Amino acid sequence: MATKVHMEALSPTMEEGRLVKWTKQEGDAVKTGDTLAEVETDKAVMELVARADGQLIKVLVPEGSTVPVGNVVAYIGKPGESVAEAGAVAPAAEKSARSAVSGAQEVATAPPSPSTITPTDVNRVKASPLAKRMAKDAGVDLNQVQGSGPGGRVVKRDLEGATANAPSVPALPVLRTADRAPRTSAPYEDVPLTQIRKTIAKRLAASLGPIPHFFLTTEVDMERAAEARSALEVKVSFNDIVIKAVALALTKHRACNAWFQDDHIRYWNEVHIGMAVAVEDGLITPVIRDADRKTLAQIGAEARELAERARNRRLKPEEYTGASFSVSNLGMFDIDQFTAVINPPEAGIIAVGSIVPKPVAEGDKVVVRRRLRLTMSCDHRVIDGATGAQFLKTLKQMLENPLAMLL
Amino acid sequence: MANSFDVVILGGGPAGYVAAIRAAQLGMTVAVVERDKLGGVCVNIGCIPTKALLHSAYIARLLGESKEFGVEATNIKTDYGVAMKRSRKVSDQNSKGVEFLMKKNKVTVVKGSGVLQPGKKVKVGGDVYEAKKAVLVATGSRVKGIPQIGLEINKTTVISSDEALLMEKVPASLAIVGAGAVGMEFADIFNAFGVKITLIEALPRILPLEDAEASDALAKSYRKRGIDVIAGAKVTKATVAKDKVTLDVEAGGEKKSVAVDAVLMAAGRAVNTENIGLAECGIQVTERGFIKVDKNLQTTAPGYYAIGDVAGPPMLAHKGQREGVFVAEVLAGQKPHAIKYDNVPSVTYCHPEVASIGLSEDQCKERKLDYVAGRFPFSANGRARGTGETEGFVKILRDKKYGEILGAHIVGGHASEIIHELAVARENEYTVEEVELAIHAHPTMSEAVAQAALDSLGRVVDM
Repeated sequence: MATKVHMEALSPTMEEGRLVKWTKQEGDAVKTGDTLAEVETDKAVMELVARADGQLIKVLVPEGSTVPVGNVVAYIGKPGESVAEAGAVAPAAEKSARSAVSGAQEVATAPPSPSTITPTDVNRVKASPLAKRMAKDAGVDLNQVQGSGPGGRVVKRDLEGATANAPSVPALPVLRTADRAPRTSAPYEDVPLTQIRKTIAKRLAASLGPIPHFFLTTEVDMERAAEARSALEVKVSFNDIVIKAVALALTKHRACNAWFQDDHIRYWNEVHIGMAVAVEDGLITPVIRDADRKTLAQIGAEARELAERARNRRLKPEEYTGASFSVSNLGMFDIDQFTAVINPPEAGIIAVGSIVPKPVAEGDKVVVRRRLRLTMSCDHRVIDGATGAQFLKTLKQMLENPLAMLL
Repeated sequence: MANSFDVVILGGGPAGYVAAIRAAQLGMTVAVVERDKLGGVCVNIGCIPTKALLHSAYIARLLGESKEFGVEATNIKTDYGVAMKRSRKVSDQNSKGVEFLMKKNKVTVVKGSGVLQPGKKVKVGGDVYEAKKAVLVATGSRVKGIPQIGLEINKTTVISSDEALLMEKVPASLAIVGAGAVGMEFADIFNAFGVKITLIEALPRILPLEDAEASDALAKSYRKRGIDVIAGAKVTKATVAKDKVTLDVEAGGEKKSVAVDAVLMAAGRAVNTENIGLAECGIQVTERGFIKVDKNLQTTAPGYYAIGDVAGPPMLAHKGQREGVFVAEVLAGQKPHAIKYDNVPSVTYCHPEVASIGLSEDQCKERKLDYVAGRFPFSANGRARGTGETEGFVKILRDKKYGEILGAHIVGGHASEIIHELAVARENEYTVEEVELAIHAHPTMSEAVAQAALDSLGRVVDM
């Protein structure tokens, strides 16, 4: 019996893929792991590989067509076997083969299986008697409250943020986020959202779009960094220096090296820097992993290599996902200063402008110094003003005294 | 490797053995390292034997009062040695019970003193036991003396509960320093066995952690029985002779000399954190000496957890047992119900018994909570009148706005059993109204709980 070849989700966000090229043709022998086709996803060109041994007996989708994830694109079977012999799967396969669009509709209109319909009594709310009273008093609809008690039951602590006169004020969370991230075996630590954090998240999100951004700008004197750069034997760019400095500053400000995850904040113990790269029809952020622990030369080499492959759309999903923080640089376009949009779930991004010689006061004299403007966009659900400012201060110090990076 | 287990637990007391069983139930291989008897202080020299002795004391007192019930007992003799031996038998049965449970759950028991080593290992003698998932520190606590004022435990004239539990004969007179649960229970026991008791507490009230009304009720009851209760007292000097101890006590501006045959130290416990390799593994302790843990009870060293007394107060067996279950479930990848440290019942098994949960009335005042206290005395309870246990009361502290049960305090016969209705209520956030709405059987001591709930709502029926 023939094995179906599906359009696979080749990236975490992929919903459909464009079949760029069949690398195997009908009649070719294939082995598990062989590349069957090149598929363009929302992010890159990826390889679709065989999941069975045999012969590619039928190709259903022509090159250039776009196919929803999950649809059958080909069959692998025994030599001589036809798709009709593939038994019960054949009709469905033919339907998919007709056009990708009808396939998509089929998926969309498929009736939910009976098991997914759970009868729920709309009048029954799982909540403790105390929570019910508090909700009634505060005018809160318990159906809208996410319960944290056993079995999702709404309990007192779920309502404490909701009531104006809550009988007890939840204590301010004592977070150790400002601590320098310990290098433990765990790559990150999940800290559940406290009530105050939940409320901040809700309120700010409602007032300023899905991610409540705020921006902090600082001007950095790059004279010393420039001297250091020219003194180095290996070729490094200012962008590499910024990436390294951001990574090191994050190790000292774990509160900024974090993901907002709806009900908790993930504070990373590792530092993975996303580096925004402009590509022909958009933007992608390949990731320099453990950037805090790499040398400038390593970062430089890796950044160039990743950028090159990004432009050729040859990045693997794991190479452009999982950043804990990002850096975006428009300095090469003579942009003095700009604000970058946060790449969720990350909580911050640094926008790097161009390095410009400027007159600055040094004591009583006016001197010309090379200056750089950095603007940090912060997700206020995770990072508060002072937290972001402290991080930016460390970053500025590092760039102005490159030796500080060695400390 | 034969000495490799998923979980290695240092200490076979209530926290350790319960953690072992729960971990085994969840499919993990478990070793428990115990230097003495399984069951720890609780089973062997704590909770269990004292309950046996307290029952002996209860019988002695009951017989003394039995004439009015139509049963005359004459020539009543008490023999502490016999009571003690019975209590030992009870302890041994319980320890053997734990041993059986270990076998039943295929938990390996290693006899010896274990020392933690880096890399999730525990060294016992020449053997090393390695944990694949985690090492649990459950080494418990021990009684401590007050050497600063000359009251170092010498096991003859200055004793701890360890010696008191193994005495063949009682002294003629005994001073008990510390009127927390341990001091209160031994005062009750020895008083019933004819010892002249002086109970000394440094804080202004006996049972200082309980509600003030509970403390007052017990002070009154003890004094009526002839126990000399001195609260707010400072022992300034102790002169320890061969068969006599003289204590200089200062209380309420008055100085007093208390001469007794022996002193029982019941002024707190010290955790067993020495010489078990904590520092070597990077496990930090708090300023108060407890092991520092996070919300999952993991110590500062990944893969090492602490449960029971060493993990922090309250130092109670049932708190440790719950921590044991919790950590086992965390290790199995589950998300266990968070432990509510503000909902751990506290019980003193003296007569009358004292049981409480949640906040005391003074704590409600300190926190400026808007509350109402509902009370019901056992003297108005039919069942209590029938059994002659009319001492004491039920008191419920109700939040005025939502009816939340902020705290509950019971003094009286079987208070230790009655309190759990309120523990269940608080765990599930029932308000006083749900407690009152549940039909209580008549006549029972528990009816007093429903009546106290009603009283907090201003509509008590039976008074």
